[in-house]
Amino acid sequence: MRTLSAAAITDAVARLCIRANTLLPEDVDRALEWACHTEPWPLAQETLELLRRNQDRAWERKLPICQDTGMACVFVELGQEVHIQGNFEEAVHEGVRRGYGEGYLRKSIVADPLRRVNTEDNTPASITVRIVPGDQCAITVVPKGFGSENMSRLAMLKPADGVEGVKRFVVETVRLAGPNPCPPVVLGIGIGGSFDKVAALAKHALLRPLDEPNPDPFYEKLEDELLDEINALGIGPQGFGGRTTCLGLAVETAPTHVAGLPVAVNVSCHVTRRATEVL
Amino acid sequence: MQYKLTTPVTREDLAPLKAGDTVLLSGAVYTARDAAHKRMMELLDRGEALPFPVEGSALYYVGPTPERPGEIIGSAGPTTSGRMDACSPRLLDLGQAVMIGKGARNQAVKEAVVRNGAVYLAALGGAGALMAASVKELEVICWEDLGCEAVRRLEVADMPLTVVLDAHGGDLYESGPAAWLASQS
Repeated sequence: MRTLSAAAITDAVARLCIRANTLLPEDVDRALEWACHTEPWPLAQETLELLRRNQDRAWERKLPICQDTGMACVFVELGQEVHIQGNFEEAVHEGVRRGYGEGYLRKSIVADPLRRVNTEDNTPASITVRIVPGDQCAITVVPKGFGSENMSRLAMLKPADGVEGVKRFVVETVRLAGPNPCPPVVLGIGIGGSFDKVAALAKHALLRPLDEPNPDPFYEKLEDELLDEINALGIGPQGFGGRTTCLGLAVETAPTHVAGLPVAVNVSCHVTRRATEVL
Repeated sequence: MQYKLTTPVTREDLAPLKAGDTVLLSGAVYTARDAAHKRMMELLDRGEALPFPVEGSALYYVGPTPERPGEIIGSAGPTTSGRMDACSPRLLDLGQAVMIGKGARNQAVKEAVVRNGAVYLAALGGAGALMAASVKELEVICWEDLGCEAVRRLEVADMPLTVVLDAHGGDLYESGPAAWLASQS
C-alpha cells in the first residue's frame, strides 16, 4: 500500500491544465506538420501554416492555443494499491480551480444547464476513474472545447447496418459538422457497448496518440478507410476547401447486445489537447 | 484579392468583396457571443438602444481568455457563429455591417447579408493566440457580469480575416470545397 496525498493530486492537475492548454501533444503537432507538407491546395496549405504559427505564438507568449480552454475532462488510472489521503474528487476540482486561475485560462462552465450561471473557476471537472493494478496514479487532463463537442453524434444502429452503416454514420457526422468544429478535426469513435458506454468509448478514444493505430488489424483497416473517406469530402482546413479535413481518428470498441450496434463520434479539433503525469 | 478596411464601414466599402477574398480589418470591433446577443435582443424588444453605435459596425463572436498582467488581451479566436443566427438578421437590418466568427450560417442570415450589403468574415478557428496579436486596445463597455461574454470594444489593426459570405450571395463554405473537389476530378 502506498499513500498519496490529495495535495499532490491537486498540484498535478493544476500543472496539467496549464500545460495541456499551451502546448499541443507531440503526435497532434506531428500530424499537423505532416498535413502542412502534404496538402496540395494552396489556400488550405496556407491555413495549416497559420495554425502552426498560432502554436508557436501561444508557447512564446504563454497564451492558450485556443481561447476555448474547455471543460476539464480528467482521466485517472488509479492503482489499486494506492491509498489517497484526503478527498480525491475535491482534490481534482481544486487542481482545476488553481490551474485555470493561475494559467489565465477561460472559465467556461455554468453550474446548471438551463439556469446558466458561470461557476467562475471552471469547476467542476468531468472525472473518469479506472482502477488498475499497481501503486501508481496516472492523471490525464483533456481540456475539451465545445465548438467541436457540439458537433458530436450518437446513433443506435441495427446489427444489420454493419460496418458500412458505421462508416456512413461517421462520415455523415463530419459532413454535417462542415466548418463548425474548426477542421482539420480529430475523431474519437466508439462502437458497441450500451448507450452510455459508447459515448465514453468515443471520448476515451481521443486519448490515443494519432500515430498509434488500433491494435486489432480489422479495426486498424477501418480507421484507415474512414480517414480516407473523410479526407475525400473536400471540407478542408477551416472549411475553406482542401484535402486535410481530418488529422487522425481512433476507434474503440466494446462487447454489445445481440440486438444493438451503438456508435458514437466525439468530434475534436486541430487543438486536440491532453497532458499526462504519473504520480 | 486582399482588402484593407477600417470600421465603421459602408455598403460601398463592402460591395467589391467576394467569398474567398481576404481582409485586413482595422478600427473598433465589438465582442459579443451567446449571452450578449440575448441581452441585445431584450434591449431592442424594450425599444432601448444597443450599447454601441450599430451603423457600419463589426461584431466579433469571441470570448477571450483573461489577459495576463501587462497584456492587452488573452487568447481570442472566434466561436461558432451559428449560435447567433437567430439574432443576426435583426442586427444587420439595424445597420451592423460585419460579422466575424467561424462556421456555417443559416439561410436567414445569408439573405440578411445580401439584403443589407453586409459581409460575414471568418477568423481562424482555434488560433486564438494568433488572432489576439492584432488587438491593440480593449475596454469592457457593458455587462461585465457576463465575464468572458461581456461586450468589449476592441481596437484592432490589420486583423486577418477571410470573406465567407459576401453581399452577392457568395459562400466560401460551398465554393471553397467545390473548387478543390473540381480540381481533383
